[in-house]
Amino acid sequence: MTNSNGHGQTLAEKILARSAGLDRVVPGQIVEGNVDLAMMHEQGAQTVAPFHQMGAEKVWDPDRVVIAIDHWVPASTEGAAVLHRILRKFAAEVNLPHFYDVGRHGICHQILAENGWVVPGDLAVGTDSHTNMLGAMGAVAAGVGPTEMAAVLALGRLWLKVPPTIRIEVNGRLGKGVTAKDLVLRVLGEVKTTGATYKAVEFGGSTVEGLSMPERFTICNMTTEMGAKAGMVAPDSKTYEYLEKIAKHPMHPTQPDRDASYERTIRIDVDDMPPMVACPYSPDNVRPLSDVAREHVTIDQAFLGSCTNARIEDIREGAALMKGHTVAKGVRFIVSPASTPIYEQCLKEGLIEVFTEAGAVFTNSSCSACFGGNMGILAPEEACASSSNRNFPGRMGAKEARIYLMSPAAVVASAIRGEVADPRDLV
Amino acid sequence: MQEVIEGRVWTLPHDVDTDQIISGKYLTIIDPNELKKHVFEIALPEFAQEARPGDILVADENFGCGSSREHAPQAMRAIGVGAVVADSFARIFFRNAINLGLPTIEARGVRALFEKGEIARIEMRKGRITNLRTGRSIEFPPLPSHLLELLEAGGLVEKVRRELEAQKAAARAAP
Ligand code: SF4
Repeated sequence: MTNSNGHGQTLAEKILARSAGLDRVVPGQIVEGNVDLAMMHEQGAQTVAPFHQMGAEKVWDPDRVVIAIDHWVPASTEGAAVLHRILRKFAAEVNLPHFYDVGRHGICHQILAENGWVVPGDLAVGTDSHTNMLGAMGAVAAGVGPTEMAAVLALGRLWLKVPPTIRIEVNGRLGKGVTAKDLVLRVLGEVKTTGATYKAVEFGGSTVEGLSMPERFTICNMTTEMGAKAGMVAPDSKTYEYLEKIAKHPMHPTQPDRDASYERTIRIDVDDMPPMVACPYSPDNVRPLSDVAREHVTIDQAFLGSCTNARIEDIREGAALMKGHTVAKGVRFIVSPASTPIYEQCLKEGLIEVFTEAGAVFTNSSCSACFGGNMGILAPEEACASSSNRNFPGRMGAKEARIYLMSPAAVVASAIRGEVADPRDLV
Repeated sequence: MQEVIEGRVWTLPHDVDTDQIISGKYLTIIDPNELKKHVFEIALPEFAQEARPGDILVADENFGCGSSREHAPQAMRAIGVGAVVADSFARIFFRNAINLGLPTIEARGVRALFEKGEIARIEMRKGRITNLRTGRSIEFPPLPSHLLELLEAGGLVEKVRRELEAQKAAARAAP
């Protein structure tokens, strides 16, 4: 489809145009977008005061607001307990029924995904910077601050500057032992941590079309590390199948125009791409995993968890590798599923046992060791192999501690070896 | 927001992240007047003591990167910062600051224009920032009118408050 002036629109432009009730928008334009879904986690507690200062009495649409606490679940500090209490009180006061409290909890982004809260064509916002993950539904999903969230709760809309779009076109076949995580690390190595600031990232190409929904969540999740406002994949049969029984509201499926104008197109061929690792202290400090493995970097902790990679597929894959091996002496291996339903599935499939028998700790679902404020905190001299998304100084505890970001399979291989390891070298 | 903002300049390097603006250990502080005592503790230790209302921050690239914490611009507002100007901003910081009513301006090359303690003069609508000591100036794309209105209202809380009040008044007036 071509527009009147011959310049097509990207997926982000089309979704934002619809949300603002306009035919088309151009990058740089400021629009008022109607929000389809608003999500709050613990940071949402700071939304309550500005909401009242605005004189708001009710939430614009309680059926489009989700609260999911995840950073400290169950509350591990008094401060966290207070945040949880503020949110519970607020939810009761303004009548917000969709509260995923302790017992039904999970990482907020996973809660949105597995319950069908975000659907194709949506404009979704959340008080967490990795809200980008939901762009995998073919939506614009972005992180916002708490004052902004207060305005969204009151009015159901927010101002947005239409971002230019970077197209990332991925072709080729992922080799054995090479995953979507390796792919997004490879992209980060190229785009760098500020390469997509204020921009939308649109993934496409035959490789991306071949990825499952969980894999698409992984790649969209880490567009946050590129500085992007949103990261997305256009919806297709996989998207509709995933959402078929769970979509919470009507879809507005949208495709980018064939002649869409992108600020930049990055082409990546994955045919010969090896597994990757992001070394300290930046997610864009990316190298082939086998090169780092050759340097024998010993680890003290391994973490299979976080919104990037702790879905059932990730844990199954990890368990398959773990079977018949034990966790290396001196390594603490923490496995934390991304949600309570995933936890239950692990229980049913006997995966929890596989890990605990090998000497790992299998925790309840939460952000867990990902952010250095709850559990699994690192001492200054320590190193960790992690399936999460950030390895900045201090991210998992001490600012000197070193974090190596990799796929779930590589985390398990590293836990077994006691050093950064390539899963292809196992067996 | 005034059309012309003048103030004494403090300079900052590139990639000042939110941890360097307000350290993670102060995130449980809710009172902005308490928060402001700790602003820039890492990046600019003398600032919290010596800053005067109306002072202007001039930073290099990627100012305010890192987490989405709103405490960072909140602390600056509490201290009375007149404007924040940078070669470039991280996305969420920029939004948070504007939403709190803090004039936030992206002006390529601005860091190189100033030394600490010089006086800056910012013409918001014209899109020009001048070093009053050297007389040198650069231009920047003025904020779009929507954001200028937001600043004029004093931030998002005030803007939404007015909007909701108007809605209620209209509802009352309706027969
Ligand atoms: S798992 Fe980590 S990155 Fe994801 S929401 Fe939790 S703290 Fe943030």
